[in-house]
Amino acid sequence: MADKRAARARRIQIMDAGEIERTIARMASEIVESNGSDLLLVGIHTRGIPLARRLAERISVLTGAEVPVGRLDITLYRDDVGPWRPAHQQPLLKETVLPVPINDLVVFLVDDVLFTGRTIRAALGSLVDYGRPRAVRLAVLVDRGHRELPIAADVVGKVLQTTSTEDVQVHLAEVDGDDGVWVGKEAGHGG
Amino acid sequence: MAVESASELKRKDVVGIASLQPGEIQLILDTAEELLEVARRPIKKVPVLRGATVVNLFMEPSTRTRFSFEMAEKRLSADTLNFSASTSSVSKGETLVDTARNLMAMAPDYIVIRHPNVGAPHRLAEVVPASIINAGDGINEHPTQALLDAFTMRQHFGRLEGLNVVIAGDIRHSRVARSNAFLLNKMGAKLRFAAPASLLPAGVEELGATTFLRLEPALEGADVVMMLRIQRERQAAVNFPSAREYYDFFALTEERLALAAPHAVVMHPGPMNRGVEIDSQVADGERSLILDQVTNGVAVRMAILYLLAGGRGAATADS
Repeated sequence: MADKRAARARRIQIMDAGEIERTIARMASEIVESNGSDLLLVGIHTRGIPLARRLAERISVLTGAEVPVGRLDITLYRDDVGPWRPAHQQPLLKETVLPVPINDLVVFLVDDVLFTGRTIRAALGSLVDYGRPRAVRLAVLVDRGHRELPIAADVVGKVLQTTSTEDVQVHLAEVDGDDGVWVGKEAGHGG
Repeated sequence: MAVESASELKRKDVVGIASLQPGEIQLILDTAEELLEVARRPIKKVPVLRGATVVNLFMEPSTRTRFSFEMAEKRLSADTLNFSASTSSVSKGETLVDTARNLMAMAPDYIVIRHPNVGAPHRLAEVVPASIINAGDGINEHPTQALLDAFTMRQHFGRLEGLNVVIAGDIRHSRVARSNAFLLNKMGAKLRFAAPASLLPAGVEELGATTFLRLEPALEGADVVMMLRIQRERQAAVNFPSAREYYDFFALTEERLALAAPHAVVMHPGPMNRGVEIDSQVADGERSLILDQVTNGVAVRMAILYLLAGGRGAATADS
């Protein structure tokens, strides 16, 4: 516990609520400019979902049209789940809901942090089981580098220079009660 | 929900409801809830058990349970091997443990077993490292059936706690009734058995049900009416005079169903004997969940296969 408190003390705030709001507004206009109509935003559990909803609201203000929002659980497609890591805990499954058929839409995957790229690989694997989108693109609030797969985001809120052991924490009010982005010295969190 | 979900299935095997914790039952049902969605996709398959091998070892006849397991395995991308009593060397006199050891030489990750002897899955769980899933052992347990029944009730009513569930028919020879009794008691439902005395097991009081020797009083205010198959091939001659007489006293008809709660639903683990324990109008009626049970069975079995993948190296069977 004492360790945790010390770690919190060492973390640095990178973005506050106002900056997150402005960043989401900018990301929304980038999505509209480059892609226009036939959009579907798909948030990846957990924080990709509120992020996708906020982006969709902004986009509908800009275009006057409602943008459907889905949510995706990538657990069954992860490369570290399944047979047979000895005596580990299987991650709990969460809901996947795609509100419309994805064929011929431009699907924007939305997540809070882009790190190794493995989450996105799993998401791509999952998405093709639901249909054949016209294009799949990626929007993330924070790109912290250290990719382990050839994956890049199309729309990025903020690029962060980090070391691979640093911990990037994104808080969104819908999940965490407040908005903010921090970098700390702990390993973990964020894919 | 009264029972909080466990965070994991900390076990190698699922051999019976008797050894599962309420939180584990909740976890299986919650996981199945999410897996139900896989069947509604254009591509009804997820890669999570890719590379895993499942042996389906069926030493007793089974159609729906075997198909349901096989479909669950395939939807999770596992490879499956099917052994049945008639095609395997069991018919040449090999013992269960020898069969299992030979199978283990092919390194399966799971063995799904149905066996006429009580305790066969438990025995197997002790001698092989694969995860054992009981698909029915003699008159003992049929845990995946009870789980899919509970899932179907929960799906319909949103809860298990406090539900009045009637199980009627051949309780004595029914592993489905036993597993359901264990499960419903653990999850806080209220259980009633209705059967002629000759079809009640010895020690029925230990199963935690109120027992009725006639169907009508048991049905009063019931939320769920589960009819069991009369196992005609073995029992008819001994335990009741005739199928006709059984129908007259114990079949679920529209008139009898009217005694249950107005919102009551009808279930049956199958295969049904229409016109013996259940009338066709009831079986095919609006209140029948019998086909939902079949659909849900696949999701529940997927959930168990998925969750057990985390439990290898955990303790065996009933520990």
